[in-house]
Amino acid sequence: MEKLGGIFNPSSPEMEALSSLTLYTIVTTVGILLLIVAAMIYIIIAYRKNPDDNQEPYQNFGNLNLEIVWTLIPCAIVAVLFLLTCNTMKVVDPPVGDHEPDIIIIGHQWWWEIRYPKSGVITANELHIPAGKYLLARIESVDVIHDFWVPELGRKIDAIPGHPNHMWIVAGEPGLYIGACAEFCGAQHANMHIRVIAETEEEFKEWEKQELVIPPTPRTGLAGNGAKLFQEKACMNCHTIMGTAAAARVGPNLTHLNDRQTIGAGVLTNTPENLNKWLTNPQKYKQGSLMPNMKLSPTEVEAIVAYLEALK
Amino acid sequence: MSRRLPLVPENTEPLPSLKENQGMLAWVSSVDHKQIGLMYLMVTMVFFVVGGLEALLMRIQLSQPEFNFISPEVYNQLFTMHGTTMIFFVVMPFLIGVGVYLVPLMIGARDMAFPRLNALSFWLVVFGGILIYYSFLTQSGAPDMGWFAYSPLSEKPFSLNKGPTYWALGLLATGISSVASGLNNIVTILTMRTPGMTMRRIPLFVWMILVTSFLLIFVIPIIASAFAMMLLDRLLEATFFTPAHGGSAILWQHFFWGFGHPEVYILILPAFGIISEVIPVFSRKPIFGYEFVAGSTVAIGLLSLGVWAHHMFAVGLGDVTNLYFSLASMLIAIPTGVKVLNWVATMWGGKIIFATPMLFATAFIIEFVMGGITGVAIASVPIDWVVTDSYFIVAHFHYVLYGGSMFAIFAGVYYWFPKFTGRMMSETLGKWHFWLTIIGFNMTFFVQHFLGVMGMPRRIYTYQDFPYWGSMNLISTIGAVVLALSVLVFMWNVHVSRKRGKKAGNNPWDAWTLEWAAASPPAVHNFDLVPPVRGRRPLWDLAHPEQPDEPNAKVVD
Ligand code: HEC
Ligand code: HEM
Ligand SMILES: [Cu+2]
Ligand SMILES: [Cu+2]
Repeated sequence: MEKLGGIFNPSSPEMEALSSLTLYTIVTTVGILLLIVAAMIYIIIAYRKNPDDNQEPYQNFGNLNLEIVWTLIPCAIVAVLFLLTCNTMKVVDPPVGDHEPDIIIIGHQWWWEIRYPKSGVITANELHIPAGKYLLARIESVDVIHDFWVPELGRKIDAIPGHPNHMWIVAGEPGLYIGACAEFCGAQHANMHIRVIAETEEEFKEWEKQELVIPPTPRTGLAGNGAKLFQEKACMNCHTIMGTAAAARVGPNLTHLNDRQTIGAGVLTNTPENLNKWLTNPQKYKQGSLMPNMKLSPTEVEAIVAYLEALK
Repeated sequence: MSRRLPLVPENTEPLPSLKENQGMLAWVSSVDHKQIGLMYLMVTMVFFVVGGLEALLMRIQLSQPEFNFISPEVYNQLFTMHGTTMIFFVVMPFLIGVGVYLVPLMIGARDMAFPRLNALSFWLVVFGGILIYYSFLTQSGAPDMGWFAYSPLSEKPFSLNKGPTYWALGLLATGISSVASGLNNIVTILTMRTPGMTMRRIPLFVWMILVTSFLLIFVIPIIASAFAMMLLDRLLEATFFTPAHGGSAILWQHFFWGFGHPEVYILILPAFGIISEVIPVFSRKPIFGYEFVAGSTVAIGLLSLGVWAHHMFAVGLGDVTNLYFSLASMLIAIPTGVKVLNWVATMWGGKIIFATPMLFATAFIIEFVMGGITGVAIASVPIDWVVTDSYFIVAHFHYVLYGGSMFAIFAGVYYWFPKFTGRMMSETLGKWHFWLTIIGFNMTFFVQHFLGVMGMPRRIYTYQDFPYWGSMNLISTIGAVVLALSVLVFMWNVHVSRKRGKKAGNNPWDAWTLEWAAASPPAVHNFDLVPPVRGRRPLWDLAHPEQPDEPNAKVVD
């Protein structure tokens, strides 16, 4: 049997707290539902009218004591739930204090920009973190409201323009945790996935070092051609490639595209063939995306793919 | 004085036939609360079919992972229009419409306090609906920003299409209509009761309509002003909700939910009213704890004004704010729970007749409690952080809106159809409708709880093939098809029963409130003589003079 995701696979201390509160509450309240269902079943069996019985039943108008009892019982349930709520909030959302954020996550229509202010790494749609370590994330948006949600790691938090939010992120074990934007944000809200890649401390350091490398720009051959096209075909108006004149932030930073698992915030796995497809017509795979169809010829596409693949 | 020809035909019979000369005009120009009530019901039926078809298209698109049936743009228009239609053009006008029909009859009045205003209210809903649906015909299509239209997505430059403008204008029109009906109901209930009909004796349905009407006049102005600001932003370059120019993205949410949460009680309180009428009659007992059912309604109405930010727990308003709204929201569970237990206690010890209205009312209790318990759970901030904006929420609110409001609406239609038309609805078709609804409804929405906690966000036109997502969504889609079938059976039942149903007589269910003393359908002037009111159940008192509800009641004539 395949493993159930989300709440059934909590992978951080926060999510464990959230998951148990949610599941316990649901189980308790389902218990209440079942009591009512049991009462209804009894009523349906015991108090069904017999067709030949023409007498009206005893006319009962109410009972003050009963009313008091069944007002107090829900009060008690609510009190308990509220206490649990306060406790869990403390676990799930530890105070930020005067910490500076380790990660800045910025929602864009329809992809995530990810910055590590301490090291200067900038990437997109894939958040690398060292497992077991608490990192403080600041969540922002440059356009509309998005919501950062990785179901196995923790709570949802809105990314709101003009209203930065903070949240601690931690993953118990190394692994891949897939999340998505949870606040409706327009045409491609459905394809705004986020991948959290939790690694060992060493792997994470290694990745960070690799991300900071400024790859040499190829000058010759197909890749060299691609580098030129990249500058000529307006790609540089929207994208950044470190070590070149391209420094725009409208679209994802493409310097280390090679190291990413997917293209277009999860619509295609990152292979040269798929990159080729994407560049030929991104609108076919992510209709409405803010990356326009650049109307490149197949040879131009091939050259740019070669260029992007050569950046190491 | 010269005699002028009347511009519109004088109403002389209860339900003028359309085939008659001027029949159509007799309806369109009517200010009779019963005709207007029926027109409300007919219009909401049309919108229900339209909103249902929109839902069906969405469910087909979601029936399998990465399915290509409709485009993301169209999907987004569909859920926006579906949500808007179901809330503003189905449940709300239906409940207002039944209210308009029944309130004067239940309190022994001749008509609403302001019959012309009543007609205006109705026609504003119709034209508001037409205005919104007209946007489908424009080049840029219908609104596609969701029924809660969060800014800045609903603002320029993120929505350059005209849809949201039509949306805000159309809803502004229905908003005016709602405030007018609210006022009309309040004045009618407070001033036009027949002698003896004290506030402690009015039927619970009337109580619920009264509380709902107060909510309407308090909260509709909030959203109406937000619509006005949104229109200023969109048409005249104002910047109320655009953070890029000094506005606030969150402000809209406060306005929207300041209205939006009470709105869900506007959608459910009259439904509670229907249930509180149906359950006693079919259990052959008076409602258990009348004061508590009425009082808890007032409590719910008041509390509902102070809980709006439970829709905003993920916004980051701070722990203190979140905890206040969390506690306030949980408190609503208490009066709601009291109501449910009173309904159960009413059935307890009764002699219950499970005719179709009672089937829906009984199922209502269970389905509504199902939606209610998930409701209490998500009032807890951390749980909300897990499930908000996921399919869990879609499941939750369909349990309260379909399992709650719609079930009550069906119960109400089966119950009062004989009064509206003089004929009974078919019990056989009714039972088919009921069981198909139970199966289809639970199949569609139950699995969505699991999809939500497993990580499926709402409002997505497609999803990847994560474990079990495909199969659960397929179950949900099949359920939606069954549900569609159930609606067909219902429509067919209405259609055939209207002409060929068994003749009903004045009081087919042997019920106790005043509307059953009128003819079926009631005469244009409602009552020749309003029966004396010496208790909450005037017709019981008439039938059982030896055992009146209030033996010591003063006789008022
Ligand atoms: C108008 C701005 C714009 C232009 C011009 C543009 N892009 Fe993009 N590009 C984007 C945006 C926005 C995205 C993110 C799309 C999404 O995921 O929704 C993107 C995504 C991409 C991606 C996928 C990146 C990832 O990590 O998923 C690649 C590769 C890419 N663009 C390459 C190019 C190339 C090559 C050109 C020039 C031929 C180009 N882009 C021109 C805006 C632009
Ligand atoms: C007829 C059976 C129904 C089906 C099959 C159905 C199905 C759906 C679906 C598929 C969605 C979109 C979920 C998403 O993509 O996020 C939705 C949203 C919604 N539905 Fe229904 N629904 C039904 C009836 C109702 C009723 C009766 C109401 C209200 C009284 C209602 C109110 C809503 C609302 C408010 C939304 C949210 C729209 C938004 O997100 O903006 N639905 N429904
Ligand atoms: Cu989104
Ligand atoms: Cu609410």
